[in-house]
Amino acid sequence: MDKPSASVIGKSIASNKSRDQVFAVIGLLATFVGMLTLAALLFDLASDGLARIKPHFFTSFPSRFAGQAGILSSWVGTILVMIVTALAAVPIGIGAGVYLEEYAPKNWFTALIEINIANLAGVPSIVYGLMALGLFVYQFKFGQSILSAGLTLALLILPIIIVATRESLRAVPGSMREAAYALGATKWQTTSDHVLPYSMGGILTGVIIGLSRAIGETAPLITIGALTFIAFLPDAPVKAEFPFISFEWLWSPYSVMPIQMFNWVSRPQAEFHLNAAATGLILMAMTLAMNAVAIYFRYRFRKRIKW
Amino acid sequence: MKKALLALSVLALVGIAPRAAKAQIVQIDGSSTVFPVTEAVAEEFQKSKKGKVKVTVGIAGTGGGFKKFCRGEIDVSNASRPILKSEIEDCKKSGVQFIELPVAYDALTVIVNPKNDWVKSITVPDLKKMWEPAAQGKITTWNQIRPEWPNSPLKLFGPGADSGTFDYFTEAIVGKAKSSRGDFTASEDDNVLVQGVSNDRNALGYFGFAYYIENQAKLKAVPIETAKGPVGPSAKTVEDGTYQPLARPIFIYVSKKSLDSKPEVREFVDFYLKNASKLVKDVKYIALPPSAYKIAEEHVSKRKVGTVFGGTAEVGVKIEDLMKREANF
Repeated sequence: MDKPSASVIGKSIASNKSRDQVFAVIGLLATFVGMLTLAALLFDLASDGLARIKPHFFTSFPSRFAGQAGILSSWVGTILVMIVTALAAVPIGIGAGVYLEEYAPKNWFTALIEINIANLAGVPSIVYGLMALGLFVYQFKFGQSILSAGLTLALLILPIIIVATRESLRAVPGSMREAAYALGATKWQTTSDHVLPYSMGGILTGVIIGLSRAIGETAPLITIGALTFIAFLPDAPVKAEFPFISFEWLWSPYSVMPIQMFNWVSRPQAEFHLNAAATGLILMAMTLAMNAVAIYFRYRFRKRIKW
Repeated sequence: MKKALLALSVLALVGIAPRAAKAQIVQIDGSSTVFPVTEAVAEEFQKSKKGKVKVTVGIAGTGGGFKKFCRGEIDVSNASRPILKSEIEDCKKSGVQFIELPVAYDALTVIVNPKNDWVKSITVPDLKKMWEPAAQGKITTWNQIRPEWPNSPLKLFGPGADSGTFDYFTEAIVGKAKSSRGDFTASEDDNVLVQGVSNDRNALGYFGFAYYIENQAKLKAVPIETAKGPVGPSAKTVEDGTYQPLARPIFIYVSKKSLDSKPEVREFVDFYLKNASKLVKDVKYIALPPSAYKIAEEHVSKRKVGTVFGGTAEVGVKIEDLMKREANF
């Protein structure tokens, strides 16, 4: 067999290189589809809604006059529901993730739990709403309250947090654990002093992705009785008289921003559609801000890792 | 982590702790068609009470509202149709007695594109031919309805099957609720229907009067032919009963128990009936004559429970008929 001549090799290299460039262009186009969609969405919302975003929009209750209507009750509702969701989902999600990754024996039962969690992540959100209606609203008698809503959304994002926790625990090299064991640390000492702190950045990212999903949910909350018109705020959590802290707000009826938006979009008057666009813009800004916080945390925690 | 766990246990404790006495709340849920009216009343009522009484309004739909109402979870149910037999049964089982109060009229409006120059008016049989289940896949051009209309495709737009508007229209036109052809563009959001019809010269659709009024520049309402000639939808034709059979009353249902035991519900209902005529017009629905609200007030003060519709879906009830029935009730 003859040796391939230099020109043949040269051609082959050239064609490989051009193929490389073709893929780079395709990849770039694929990226732009996502970017452009987001940009178009933001531009569309901003062109309609930006004019409506004035201080009074945040401090007014819904109204039949589009110009006077605001999102006070719904943004307060959104934030309170998110607090309950985070308080319930974060400890349970991280706890389950740590157990499954660090403690659980590898047997059929663990495998079953893992399959279940993976399946839960794919369950449509309305199904969570139906379950929550039976469990929280009627069985536990939490009623149509912020507590029910927060717990429902917590269940919804639990799989996301568990999966993210496990992924980032797995990213911690096994040698770290072995080193800790070699020095006589118990499993809990290894986990709490080393593995968890190192993976905190990834876990927080998962938590925030989960909360970003929860903040936009409408379907399960409508099922469990979120309201559309509500022109008062829940009880203040801090009181002037003893015992100074009140949890009465947990039982309060509520609305959230996506539901307010949904209602305004379906109104006949075009001015209400502008309000809906403004609400959408604020919701997007909240989600982007949460993502920014996630990026910041990841950066900070990465910097602290010394290995 | 530790803090979060602590917070969770506090949460759990609060869950067990007995709930403090509730503030005065009037709870309302039900039809999204009635929602704008009730929202307007709730807004004004809360203003007049300076925040002492709280009102909440949801949009679970007429059926969803009655479910909650008959379980005794809410004080008032918004309904875009009279209560049905099965719902009356549910209410009876849990001992919920109700007072039926018509609060406004809505006119279902048949609309076409403004460029449509052939449809001057339409008859109920024409509409039936278009919308009945037998028309599915068969009636596809305008000249199949009337030979003098052009041989261009017939594009239909209407509300989805979960809507009370759909129920009423099919009952009034086809003769049986929910009986409709399936091959039309359906949307639960009436604004989608407005867009669809305003962009297609060959389109025809139907939805509530308020959506037509807000989009008059983009749409043309089709007068319905009656014995007295073609009648278009307007406040006047609904009030004098000539716009038929597509004018329908909308209601609130009030729980008798709530009226008796919660003074704030009583106040809210009084406020509703006193201010309805003005507020109904604000949100582009058609108000009942003042005497109708007077009769309703009497029904409230005498606690007349029950329905004047006998638990069936009924179409073409004119304001006048409705008032006679209410007065004799």
